[in-house]
Amino acid sequence: MKITNQIIENHGLNASEFENIKKLLKRDPNLLELGIFSAMWNEHCSYKSSRLHLKKLYTKGKQVIQGPGENAGVIDIGDNDAIVFKIESHNHPSYIEPYQGAATGVGGILRDVFTMGARPIALLNSIHFGSPSHPKTKSLLNGVVSGIGGYGNCIGIPTVAGETKFDETYNENNLVNAMAVGLAKKDKIFYSKAKGINKSVVYVGSKTGRDGIHGASMASAEFDENTEDKKPTVQVGDPFTEKLLMEACLELMKDNSIISIQDMGAAGLTSSSVEMASKGSLGMELDLDKVPCREKNMTPYEMMLSESQERMLLILEDDKEKDAKKIFDKWDLDFMVIGKTTDTNNLTLKFNGKIEGEIPIEALATKAPIYDRKWIRKKISKNKINLKDLKKINMEEALVKILSSPNHSNKSWITNQYDQSVMCDTAQKSGSDAAIIRIHGKDKAIAVSVDSSANYCKSHPLTGGKQIVCENWRNLITAGAKPLAITNCLNFGNPENENIMGEFAECLEGIKEACEFLNYPVVSGNVSFYNGTNQKNINPTPVIGGVGLINKLSKPISHNFKKDKNVIILVGKTFGHLEQSCFLRENYKIFDGIPPDINLLNEKNNGENVLKLIQNKLILSSHDISDGGLILALCEMSISSSYGAIIKKPQKLTNLFKYFFGEDQGRYLLEVEPSNLTKVEKSLKDSNIYYENIGFTQKDYFEIEGELKINIKDLFKINNEWYNNY
Amino acid sequence: MKFSVTVTLKKDVLDPQGKVVQNSLLNLGMNLENIRQGKYFELEINEKDQVKAEKKIDDMCKKLLVNLIIEDYKVNKL
Amino acid sequence: MKSSVIVFPGSNCDRDIGVALEKMQFKNQMIWHKETKLPKSDLIVLPGGFSYGDYLRSGAIAGKSLIIDEVVKAANDGCLILGICNGFQILTETGLLKGTLLRNKNLKFINKDIQIKVINNKTKFSNKYKKNQVLKINIAHNEGNYFTDSKHLQDLKENNLIAFKYCDRKGSVNDQSNPNGSLENIAGIYNSNKNILGMMPHPERMVDELISNTDGINLFSSLLN
Repeated sequence: MKITNQIIENHGLNASEFENIKKLLKRDPNLLELGIFSAMWNEHCSYKSSRLHLKKLYTKGKQVIQGPGENAGVIDIGDNDAIVFKIESHNHPSYIEPYQGAATGVGGILRDVFTMGARPIALLNSIHFGSPSHPKTKSLLNGVVSGIGGYGNCIGIPTVAGETKFDETYNENNLVNAMAVGLAKKDKIFYSKAKGINKSVVYVGSKTGRDGIHGASMASAEFDENTEDKKPTVQVGDPFTEKLLMEACLELMKDNSIISIQDMGAAGLTSSSVEMASKGSLGMELDLDKVPCREKNMTPYEMMLSESQERMLLILEDDKEKDAKKIFDKWDLDFMVIGKTTDTNNLTLKFNGKIEGEIPIEALATKAPIYDRKWIRKKISKNKINLKDLKKINMEEALVKILSSPNHSNKSWITNQYDQSVMCDTAQKSGSDAAIIRIHGKDKAIAVSVDSSANYCKSHPLTGGKQIVCENWRNLITAGAKPLAITNCLNFGNPENENIMGEFAECLEGIKEACEFLNYPVVSGNVSFYNGTNQKNINPTPVIGGVGLINKLSKPISHNFKKDKNVIILVGKTFGHLEQSCFLRENYKIFDGIPPDINLLNEKNNGENVLKLIQNKLILSSHDISDGGLILALCEMSISSSYGAIIKKPQKLTNLFKYFFGEDQGRYLLEVEPSNLTKVEKSLKDSNIYYENIGFTQKDYFEIEGELKINIKDLFKINNEWYNNY
Repeated sequence: MKFSVTVTLKKDVLDPQGKVVQNSLLNLGMNLENIRQGKYFELEINEKDQVKAEKKIDDMCKKLLVNLIIEDYKVNKL
Repeated sequence: MKSSVIVFPGSNCDRDIGVALEKMQFKNQMIWHKETKLPKSDLIVLPGGFSYGDYLRSGAIAGKSLIIDEVVKAANDGCLILGICNGFQILTETGLLKGTLLRNKNLKFINKDIQIKVINNKTKFSNKYKKNQVLKINIAHNEGNYFTDSKHLQDLKENNLIAFKYCDRKGSVNDQSNPNGSLENIAGIYNSNKNILGMMPHPERMVDELISNTDGINLFSSLLN
């Protein structure tokens, strides 16, 4: 077939990329080869727009066993135990078919984790939808939540934490980011680097069909009126087969048969074979006649680009094939030797005895384009919001507006659809700052949380980037865990737009700065560009997933108040920063302004000390302060318990709204028994930490002296209404 | 007027259920080339004009009964 | 006491029940569904999960596996059989327990801590519980809505074969405390010999104070009694 300009364009390649391909091949590519280049050179696989900037990230630390570059990141949690984790996006498929898009997103991230030898022990997700009043939002929400639950529950891994946000920026571009966390032995981590010549390349798992052909190209294209025609490319997930695949792989991994292993994700057989060969500086020859196919008469093009799910590619040690096949037969999965490693450094594809395609591996991997896209720094608005101009409102009204809003309403409507308890190691479930998973059979545990702040990132990308790392860090601290490392999913609009590229670059700068200061490195992640429709791009939405360690697990303290007559301490100084706050957005629809500054020194100091206090069992409940400020955090601690609080009016800040709704960072709330108060105060004073005793816990009511008194049963009702009525 | 609607997965779409059911039948000693699982609806509609009735059923399929992204459907008058 | 846990492709709660049994001092073995013989056991457990993905009908395909013939033989010989969640579904598909588990009334998967009341505390599975004791226990299912015909329902009532009913914290059995629409709030039942118990809630999730509570422990202690 002659390669026309239209065909090149349909493959998502531009003219100069095509010229580059011709140079690398020293001839024109055929259609099969063009398809392979288009899959490996699109944004999703090659990271061509982001690679230069991603190099800036802070990725080192004593706790890091494997940083970015592998299927997932790996950290050391002591005692020969390691945690393997990563977050990934599945945005575009979830817009087209929300259930399957979300389900296959979960499936894909699970494979990235167990391919490294880790049994997955937790799933998390960060999902973002358009305005609730947008006609598509309800069905997208229902579909995505059902899909996440349908896949995670069936495979038997608890979905323990997450965040769900609504904003009209996602109206035509909802986001689904799925994170998986697994447990492995430090001396038994499996990598994807191929080693040795003439080794068998083995295909295991589901048969190959025509699913998702060119899905990776779809993820790199904006939606437009023609999006409807792209529909048939969505894949269907099969969590039952994935469960079998996971068990079979983990069983095979018990001995030393595997040289390298990689899951077939975006761009299926193409990306897995190329990445394995490239990492090992080897070539690979595949005999496509041997690929197990689900449909009749599949062509080499279809086989190489199919994104059928639940498949892995392995390279086995000599003489280990027979025993390995026995394991896959036990689990009723296909096991087929489909090729071998070579020293040619080419990807050679044979079919019906002929060579159908031959491409130098490096042309597809290391020689993929890298773009240094133009970007400009965000012009930070200097306009100050004059609070005096705002319509008068009373505190209770303002609070209720926030508590009953879709973004802050209780999400048990969602989390009750996820099995959080399977595997019997979930010590703290969703609804708290972080979930806590015990390490099976041991005394220790990990805390996990996922966070984003698109509004902050939009208004001030540099600060926004810093802030999400800090907020994620704080969420692990309040769970009593030492934060160890993060994974990040960077969801942005069109990188060819210099403003969007600027948001990307600056958010990354902020993330890097915070990670470095807090010794909280990035070990894995994913970039999703082109989240936009018809020139309208989403707000920059970097999502941070963090993991921390609890050395000795005791009954988690969680954030609900435990008893009355306890002291409530506010750690950290309140300046009353209202700009870019939930208060202004929900009550006045004001979206201008810049987010609060981040003082990394205070973040570190405050956090380390709060952690010490929790570890020394001096704290009964703790919560970090973020969206909605002090008052929302206090309400959250009351709603989930039988105890409210009575809070004094502040002595210094006279504007109550600034004090209670301001979103200053680096702050925590601690519930302390009177008998421990002296010890706690001494510890804070000794570390030069600013704190205030703001009041006491009390039965039944949440009260701000002289200003507000609400029964916590009413707060509960207000907070639980929205989802039930949606 | 009564109609039946048979909903099936589109040709190239994976049917995880069909695959497993086929294997189970095989284990029970019953062999099949292929099996795909679908849904069957029987609808009764208050409409005397057949053309109008078929249009209404078709609307119902498109709006709710069928996931047009991954399913096909056939309407039959009973 | 010896126990065997049958593991089907897609069973997820097998490790969980195995851990609970060993914690309660059972000598436990995990039995792969392709085995044709069961070791001599005092208790056989069909665990929770999604055997065969819940494809076709929950528990339908597992119910036709070869090992089930052995389970039926053992049950007829008086062996104690415990079916939890998917295990309960498998027991109804085999006919060892009558009735069926339908889709939850609200058509969604539900994972929650709820309350159940011990209706019959005089069986091998429940003798360590007090009559009408309220237990806090975890459910996690899509098809937990128990249904049976009126004749069988009468039989269940007359012969005291209802094991547990969903209730509220005070023990009231009513609509509000029914999480999935089950007939008469039924959460678990016995066969006529009371050697087979099928229940939707997960007792193996309630044996550890650090993770949840210990309301499930007495089910296992009763068996050891």
